[in-house]
Amino acid sequence: MADTASATVRSAITTVGVDDPTKRDLLKLVTGSAVVIGVGAIAWPFIDSMSPAKDVLALSSIEVDLAPIQEGQAITAVWRGKPIFLRNRSAQEIKEAEGTPLNQLIDPQSDADRVKPGKEKWLVVIGICTHLGCVPLGNKTSDPRGDFGGWFCPCHGSQYDTSGRVRHGPAPSNLGLPPYAFIGDTKIKIG
Amino acid sequence: MAGLHKSEFENPVVNWIDTRMPIFTMMQKEYGSFPTPKNFNYFWNFGALAMISLAIMIATGIFLAMNYTAHTTLAFDSVERIMRDVNYGWLLRYVHANGASMFFIVVYIHIFRALYYGSYKAPRELLFMLGVVILLLMMATAFMGYVLPWGQMSYWGATVITNLFSAIPIVGESIVTWLWGGFSVDNPTLNRFYSLHYLMPFMITGVVFLHIVALHITGSNNPLGIDVKTPQDTLPFHPYYTAKDSIGICVYLLVFAGLVFFAPNFLNHPDNYIPANPLVTPAHIVPEWYFLPYYAILRSVPNKLGGVILMFSSIAVLFFLPWLDTSPVRSSRFRPIYKQLILVMVASFLVLGYVGGKPPEGIYVVLGRVATAYWFLHFLVLLPILGKLEKPLPLPESIARPVVRRPPPGGGGGPLPQGATAKPMEKS
Amino acid sequence: MRAAALALGLLASAALAPCAFAQGHEAVRAPKESWSFNGPFGTFDRASMQRGFQVYKEVCSNCHSMKEMYYRNLTAIGLSEEQVKAIAASATVPGGTDDSGQPVERPALPSDHFRSPFANDKAARAANGGALPPDQSLIIKARENGSDYVHALLNGYRDPPPGVKVSEGQYYNEYFPGNQLAMAPPLQDGAVTYADGTQATVDQMSRDVVQFLTWTSNPELETRKRMGVKIVIFLAMMTGLTYAVKKKVWKDVH
Repeated sequence: MADTASATVRSAITTVGVDDPTKRDLLKLVTGSAVVIGVGAIAWPFIDSMSPAKDVLALSSIEVDLAPIQEGQAITAVWRGKPIFLRNRSAQEIKEAEGTPLNQLIDPQSDADRVKPGKEKWLVVIGICTHLGCVPLGNKTSDPRGDFGGWFCPCHGSQYDTSGRVRHGPAPSNLGLPPYAFIGDTKIKIG
Repeated sequence: MAGLHKSEFENPVVNWIDTRMPIFTMMQKEYGSFPTPKNFNYFWNFGALAMISLAIMIATGIFLAMNYTAHTTLAFDSVERIMRDVNYGWLLRYVHANGASMFFIVVYIHIFRALYYGSYKAPRELLFMLGVVILLLMMATAFMGYVLPWGQMSYWGATVITNLFSAIPIVGESIVTWLWGGFSVDNPTLNRFYSLHYLMPFMITGVVFLHIVALHITGSNNPLGIDVKTPQDTLPFHPYYTAKDSIGICVYLLVFAGLVFFAPNFLNHPDNYIPANPLVTPAHIVPEWYFLPYYAILRSVPNKLGGVILMFSSIAVLFFLPWLDTSPVRSSRFRPIYKQLILVMVASFLVLGYVGGKPPEGIYVVLGRVATAYWFLHFLVLLPILGKLEKPLPLPESIARPVVRRPPPGGGGGPLPQGATAKPMEKS
Repeated sequence: MRAAALALGLLASAALAPCAFAQGHEAVRAPKESWSFNGPFGTFDRASMQRGFQVYKEVCSNCHSMKEMYYRNLTAIGLSEEQVKAIAASATVPGGTDDSGQPVERPALPSDHFRSPFANDKAARAANGGALPPDQSLIIKARENGSDYVHALLNGYRDPPPGVKVSEGQYYNEYFPGNQLAMAPPLQDGAVTYADGTQATVDQMSRDVVQFLTWTSNPELETRKRMGVKIVIFLAMMTGLTYAVKKKVWKDVH
């Protein structure tokens, strides 16, 4: 009985074609591989059905008109469920941001790398503190903006400058930059 | 009793697990070396096909549930979102919708196989009864599933079927209100149907497990209906029947793919693409095709309670089939009269299915009543009498030696071994 | 053998059952048309779909909603992103509330649903003599042989036969169940002007709009059929392979 059992086990292994290569049966090997391919192909629709659907993707990019934003002001747009800060920086603020030596920064990055060339006026950052995910204050002129004139996170006191770079911990890195492009003089497409 | 299992497996990991929990040995015993009659025909594929159907339904159902919203105002649109926006959502839904039909086709053929070859007779009565339980659970699951898209047929199907319970004297109305969770089919009804539609497939899985346990105790029946006597009568399940079942699975998937990809709404009713409207009943309301025969039985009785009782009895009668059929011979191959009657029985089922889709008027009412009458006559009167009157043909000696020593007169039909006697229940 | 025939019978009954649903009233059955999207290799006719969209936009959409469709879907009938944006922007949709909480309107975006002609079903009924123009998103799937039926219906307006009295506000149509419907003949020759120079006859417009509506009912049709052909070929090959394996496994039995 045990012999029959192990014989059948061996024949089972042969069927899927992973036994001793000298005893490999081409027909069973081909069939076995085709089954594996078929089952693999069936798995994909199930997996992919959990990826973002077309209606979700359709909302994954937004267009924002910057014209109504006054100099020194910032507004919040919502993109993929996240707050996006759009700030019209004054000449003074731009100068401060550009003039800061990189060695004074926690997460060194030049201001030029954080804005679009020729559009230094406009700062577009993801408004989520890189510490633990709170939304920093500073968009309204009445908000506390911290010591560096940018944003101040009320949760644990992180401070950001006018380029959205972290200047005072505990946040470890600068405010994130969403992918965006200017599609007009004062119109951007985020995403 | 306690103690480690002595595993035969050479792979160290498999051996380690198997020693502590001998599932590999169990699988090997039940699906590898399991002795299976060597003379199965392709009708014996349908058990495996039913299992595949159940697996497909559960898999697609789980992924559909991720995007479905069980609320009267959102259900229809959420299904359309699955069809239009969810990646491969249309595929999952069409597979699930047509999968229900495929499951019923497979199970009806599986049941026919059991009836034709007497698979319900001793010692397989319990096995058969568990099968009938599975059929009932399937019907409940399919009915509730059809309600979920919240189209016109969903809504009115739910209304009509739940109203069947109002036929029960005195408490009927209260039961219907309880089923609805309100005073008409509405959001509470949809929510509980969704919950139960998700639960019941797992109940089916449980009963299928019991069905297989019972099967592996008695062993399979076979086209000759005689008992296995010697090891020469059997083959190990693997690779013989795994190979044979694979062919069936491929053909099954071909038919399935034909439906899903080229005629996905062939078995559906157009009205279910109209959102449910509690104030307008569609001109012809009909259930899904697999319920049509029972629907015809329901309508063939002019009395409300009578129709409901008769409809439920038409399936309940199957529970008593092992004792209603008094013949000692299992397979119809050796029962010349039963072989004709079962054809009539199948015909009456098909006629009922046809009539169930027609308006209840004129000739359809007559046809429906005749077919209903035959259904009950067949099981309740003819089968008990037939066992006493019919003279079975001589049975072959064994599965391994079904061949007669002298050529059978006239050819065709089953083999007729000279001198063999009808002793099918004889234990080896 | 007989058993196998029986199995076929059972299958056939499954196939027959839906035919039983095809019960109309006195309505004439819509003649079978040959559509580009029929058959296992069927595809939509892009030019016809675009003309059909024009018919829908200029004629049907004055009364019929199409709630399941988004403007962004229109890229599938061969329109460019820019065209879709422009089409969307020509419609005004509710745009939430302004800072003082008042509802505002804004031009539609490609990610918006098609604008419905009426605010709700009651408004639609009130404007259409009590009859609700059905939503057209799924109209083809929601009617028996939908493509043929809608085409026939659009061409099926006739003078009522002698003795048939058509009620006030109703029109006689051969193909409509009950023969009287509240929709006035929506198409007349030249009702739209096609940019590609196609003659806008009633038959042409109805064919075009059916192409469009069949797509809105079955946006997955082309993908589905293409995938189906591949899968059927694969399964046919698998059937052959498993048959050969089975033969080999069983060769020593019997």
